[in-house]
Amino acid sequence: MTDPGAAASTAPTQPQVATRRADTRRVAPRPVGAGWRQRLEIAFFVTPALALMALFVVWPVVSAVRMSFYRWKGFGPMDDFIGLDNYRLVLNDDVFRHAVLHNFIIVGLSVLIQLPLGLAIALLLNRRIRGRGLLRTIVFVPYVVAEVIAGVVWYQLLQPESGVIDGLIRSIGLTPPEQGFLGTPSLALGTVFVVLTWKYLGLAILLFLAGLQGVPDELYEAAQLDGASWWQVQRRVAIPLLGPTMRTWAFLSMIGSLQLFDMVWILTGGGPANATTTMATYLITMGTARHNYGIAGAASVLLFVIGFAMAVLYQLFVLRRDNSIER
Amino acid sequence: MRSAHTKPFGSGGPLVYLLALVAVIVTLGPVVYGALGGFRSNEQLARDPSALPDPWVWSNYSHVVTNADFWRYALNSTVVALITTVVAVFFGVMAAYPLARYQFRMREPLFMVFVLGLLFPAAVAIIPLFILVTRDLHMENSFLGVALPQAAFALPMTVVILRPFLMALPRELEEAALIDGASRIGIFWRLALPLSVPALVTVGVLAFVGSWNAYLLPLLLLQDDMRTLPLGVADYSSEHSADTAGVLAFTTLAMVPALILFLALQRRIVSGLQGAVKG
Repeated sequence: MTDPGAAASTAPTQPQVATRRADTRRVAPRPVGAGWRQRLEIAFFVTPALALMALFVVWPVVSAVRMSFYRWKGFGPMDDFIGLDNYRLVLNDDVFRHAVLHNFIIVGLSVLIQLPLGLAIALLLNRRIRGRGLLRTIVFVPYVVAEVIAGVVWYQLLQPESGVIDGLIRSIGLTPPEQGFLGTPSLALGTVFVVLTWKYLGLAILLFLAGLQGVPDELYEAAQLDGASWWQVQRRVAIPLLGPTMRTWAFLSMIGSLQLFDMVWILTGGGPANATTTMATYLITMGTARHNYGIAGAASVLLFVIGFAMAVLYQLFVLRRDNSIER
Repeated sequence: MRSAHTKPFGSGGPLVYLLALVAVIVTLGPVVYGALGGFRSNEQLARDPSALPDPWVWSNYSHVVTNADFWRYALNSTVVALITTVVAVFFGVMAAYPLARYQFRMREPLFMVFVLGLLFPAAVAIIPLFILVTRDLHMENSFLGVALPQAAFALPMTVVILRPFLMALPRELEEAALIDGASRIGIFWRLALPLSVPALVTVGVLAFVGSWNAYLLPLLLLQDDMRTLPLGVADYSSEHSADTAGVLAFTTLAMVPALILFLALQRRIVSGLQGAVKG
């Protein structure tokens, strides 16, 4: 899944909504046949999906957990049980620790920079300006382009010396970094983040716009009649009402940032000097290039545990409010 | 509709248009630069990276269009994406149907299985998945070997979006059909399925675009002639790193199909994503 936005998760809001609907409404006519017949039908409908998920989702996840307890290089039987040694190795590996830090830096920067920026552009596009529909389409274009393809284009733009970005910087009299933005360890992660912002801001804008369209016109009109300025209306009416949308976006963004792989792999491959490694690039390098399957397994489990813990915490402390307030 | 005297927030001033223009330039800049760069020669690009094509060079694009590999990658991407979409949508709607229209004790726990599936990113399972597909199933370097796992990972999203939609279908139709002696499977096939086509298109497009843009799984599983477009683009750009103009042309053309699909089905994709988030 390269598309964190769509693929990641609506988990925290969906089940509650669906359950509530199920409870308040009679959903289907009472089953006609005997119980066994209904069970057979349900099994007929559900089995293909469950079987596919069991084989390609559950089984690999379970094997990753199993793998993480063995020293295994990929051939021969998996019989060298070493308990939690792989976890100890991974957690003591500075590269992995930095990878976790990099993931969290991206999570933090996304909320601090993409959220206000996306909100500002959404508020801007929400005004009745000419060509609004076209603008909305344009803003969403980077989101549709594959992360890899966007990465390759940006890689060309960011080439040291010959790239257009270095050219632009030189033309205004500044000196671009000698090794290029992606080749300088202190700048590489920030540069990756800028490219990610370019790629994913469109999703934030789109979701915020949808949220803004849910704000009833009467509220704006009432505020206007009371003499509020445009900015006051945005700050006191529109932005507070956008709260649930912003919190859901932040959740999607967080999950996506923790799983970050494609863009980093294309732009830097985790380098220079591991300055941009993420948990996902770490485990892929360990698994495919070095055949340290046990280590890769432990890193996958840690990636999942961190993501899951964050999702649960977010659900408990942030999203729960929305679910209890809404409707 | 607003009346005339409550319209002061209507159109924006020049500042708003200016900001909008900046947003458009930043957004489209890299894409347009890539497209224009494809019309220049490497020598032009080296002389001034930020100039317009002068003269316009068509050979980069014609090389890509006549490059058999490009078309093979595009075809591979299409086949993988179609299999992924068909499997994810069909298995997904089948699973969502009883979860929406039957009353049974295990219904909510069963639905939770799919919701939990949303929390498993492919990256977590990727190494064992690679081992499973190559060693146990012997489907390495095959379209099915990529498409089936992709469909499996797309299923939770599909079911979660489709269930509320199926729940909202009017009960009366189903009752009438039951009275007419239709079986539940007949109702699913002839009633529920045709009525849910709009929702099926939405989840189908999501699955298709997800597969079309996927990188990690194809990277591990597909080689040589079986590579998909993202792999082809990445490999082309590293193999021809000296030929910047060629890389830009190749990349630009690789973007076109997804952009066309997006423009054609924009409304559906947008409402699908928004619906998925808003619940």
